[in-house]
Parts: sequence; C-alpha cells; structure tokens
Amino acid sequence: MEWDWDFVRQIMPTLLEGVKITILATILGSVLAAVVGLVIALLRRSPNRLVSRPVAFIAEFIRGTPLLVQLYFIFYILPDFGILLPPLLAGVIGLGLHYGTYTAEVYRAGIDNVPRGQWEAAKACNLDARQTWMHIILPQAIPPMIPALANYFIAMFKETPLLSAITVLELMNQAKSVANTYYRYIEPMTLVGVFFLVISLFSVVLLRWLERRYGRVGE
Amino acid sequence: MIDWSGYVGLMLQGVLVTIELTLMGSALALVMAFVAGLGRLSRFFAVRALATAYIEFFRGTSIFVQLFWAYFVLPLLGVELTPLQAGVLALGLNVGAYGAEVVRGAVQSIGKEQYEACVALNLGRWQSMRHVILPQAFLLMLPTFGNNAIELLKATSIVSLISLADLTFQAQVVRAQTGNTLVPFTTILIGYFALAMLISWGVRSLERRLSRGIDGVRA
Repeated sequence: MEWDWDFVRQIMPTLLEGVKITILATILGSVLAAVVGLVIALLRRSPNRLVSRPVAFIAEFIRGTPLLVQLYFIFYILPDFGILLPPLLAGVIGLGLHYGTYTAEVYRAGIDNVPRGQWEAAKACNLDARQTWMHIILPQAIPPMIPALANYFIAMFKETPLLSAITVLELMNQAKSVANTYYRYIEPMTLVGVFFLVISLFSVVLLRWLERRYGRVGE
Repeated sequence: MIDWSGYVGLMLQGVLVTIELTLMGSALALVMAFVAGLGRLSRFFAVRALATAYIEFFRGTSIFVQLFWAYFVLPLLGVELTPLQAGVLALGLNVGAYGAEVVRGAVQSIGKEQYEACVALNLGRWQSMRHVILPQAFLLMLPTFGNNAIELLKATSIVSLISLADLTFQAQVVRAQTGNTLVPFTTILIGYFALAMLISWGVRSLERRLSRGIDGVRA
C-alpha cells in the first residue's frame, strides 16, 4: 500500500474539524478537572470524617477504574435515570472527573507545602477560614503546582480519542469514518498520530516554560 | 427478571483476558523500560538518540492511536497481528516509555559516592550497574512502577475497541444481550477497582520485602 498525498489533501479539512473538537474537549475538560480537583482536595481536608472519608474513597475509586468504562457509564447509564447528555458534554464530564482525582493530589501536595507559619500568621491576624484560604494559602500554593497541573492536562489531551467510543466526532472518530469510507487506513491513522505528536511536542515546550516561570526548580 | 447466571462465566472470561493483557503488557513494559531507560544513559550518542526518540514518540502520541496503528496500519505494511498481540505490543511499548523515564530518574538519583566506590573497587561498568546501582535504584522505581501497572490495567479497557474480548468488551456483550446497562457496567467498575487494589497491594509488599537490609536508601 502506497502513501497517497492527494488523499491526504482531500481528508485534511475533515481531520482539522476533528482537531478543533479534540482541543475544545481538552480545554473544557481541563477547566473542569482544575475545579473538581480543588473541591476534592478541600473536602478531603475537612475535619468532619463523614465528609473526608467518603470523598477519599470515591476519588480512589475513580482513579482505579478505566476512563473508557466511566465514559460508558456517563453516556449509557445516566439516561436510565432521566439524565440525557449530549456526547461532547458527557465526554467533558468524564475527562474532568477522572483527571480531577489526579489534580486533587497535586493540590494536596501544593497545600501541604505551604509552611505552617502561614496558617499560624493567618490565625494571629484573626482571618476566618474563607479569608485564610482565599488570601493566604491558595495564592501561595497554586503557582508551584502549575507545571504539574499542565502535565496532567497534556495527559488528558492524549486520552481524548476515547471520546470517539461515545460517538463524539473528535479527531480519532473523524479519521475512523474517513478510513471506513475510503477503505484506506494508513493515511488517516498516521495523520492522527502526527497531529497528536505535534501538539504534544508544542505542549511540552509550553510546559518547560511554565516550569521555569513557576516551578522554582532548585530554589 | 433477567437470569444473570449465564453471564457470570462470560464476565470471568473477560477478567482472564484483562489479567493476561496486564501481565504480558507489564512484562514487555518492564523490559522496554530498562532497555530504553539505560539506553538514555549510554555512552554512545546513537543509542541515546534512539532511546530518546522511542520515549518521546510513545509518550507524545495517544495510546489509543498507537493501538489502532498497530492493528489497522501494520497489516498494510505486511505485519499481521492478532488483536491480543497488537494490544500487548501497544500497551507494553507505551507504558515502557513512561517506565524508561522512571528508570533513568532512579539511576541518576543514586549518589555519586556509590559510583566512586565502584571505581575504587575496580568494578566494570556492567558489574557496578548490576551489583551496586540497580539494586538500590530498583527500590526507588517500585512505587512508580506500581502506578504505571495500574495505568496499564486501566488502559487495557481500550483493546475492547479492536474487538478483543476483555472485561469491557464482555460488558458490552451482556449489555447488548440483556438490554440492561447498569448491572454489567457497575460490575466491571468494581472488577477493575479490585484488580487495581490487588496491584497496589502486591507492589507494597514487594517493596517491603526488597527494602529489608537497605535502610536509609530513601531519604
């Protein structure tokens, strides 16, 4: 089987259409994961064991099971309970929840790294819990976490092809439908790989920059 | 009511395939991790470049794309693989690339004085690696290897998309035959979680066993 550049030119617009959806899903998923992770990290620190224990178990459970099965769960089972989600939304929720449990660990480490003295100073200044978190702890905890968070967002980007299994028309699904229409697999599948490699390599450059800017390596 | 007894055997077959994939994939990943990880530390530029290219390629593209490539594109190039072979190949090479960085990091984190001691004892490069560096470094790699094995277990769910009858695939079969989605998908979620717990338990006990007598390695 020969590589056919004309065919590549012909399918490029369709694949770029898919790239857009892939990037959209990654961005929305990242935002959701950033928020979900913070919520999980804060709930796990709750002094009330009835809150912290179940949250810890649920997070552990989500991290221990495959994303694909969770996507099936959201897309095929929630309708049984009357919640019908469009595929892209179901996919974004799946990605956000799954990676939220990973980012929760990043937040936890970041928060634990804020020195004790900061908490004591906040108490001495008579700040309440909300003020302490908003003005003292989080502003110090978040910048060093940024590279680690970005790392997970890149990982999430590489998981987006799973969304094709719940009928989201992202890059992988577009490539599959092109391949099935023309019975040519070599160009679409290879191009999908190239797209992922190129975008990942760019993201890695961005990540290195974030590490230099925020990571304070070797401080 | 649906009679579930007939489907239990189907699910158990799925569990066996998933375990088989995880074990074979992990074995390949372990070999690749050491080959590529030590390759990156080689004296020879060509070996270093080859190892780096392998690692960056497999970490930079999605495992999903790699699997489809192995299953749909390789046959066109004359390499015919069964779904199981394609699955083990994609999983092992992908996770092996992540493991390679773990190997490199662990070997580099062994203190300089250990290498100097090897020189002082007149050990060859191979001897010092085999008897001094790796036994210490392996202990540092273990926890991350455990995480990687769980990642691999979760990644096995995507082989259901190339028609390999693993746990996720069997759940889809049960779903198609009974029309019930909740029961099969909940069952496999619990199944994957139990397998993940088993792996983390196994790695923890291996770690305890191997760390006997080498106290103080982990600072």
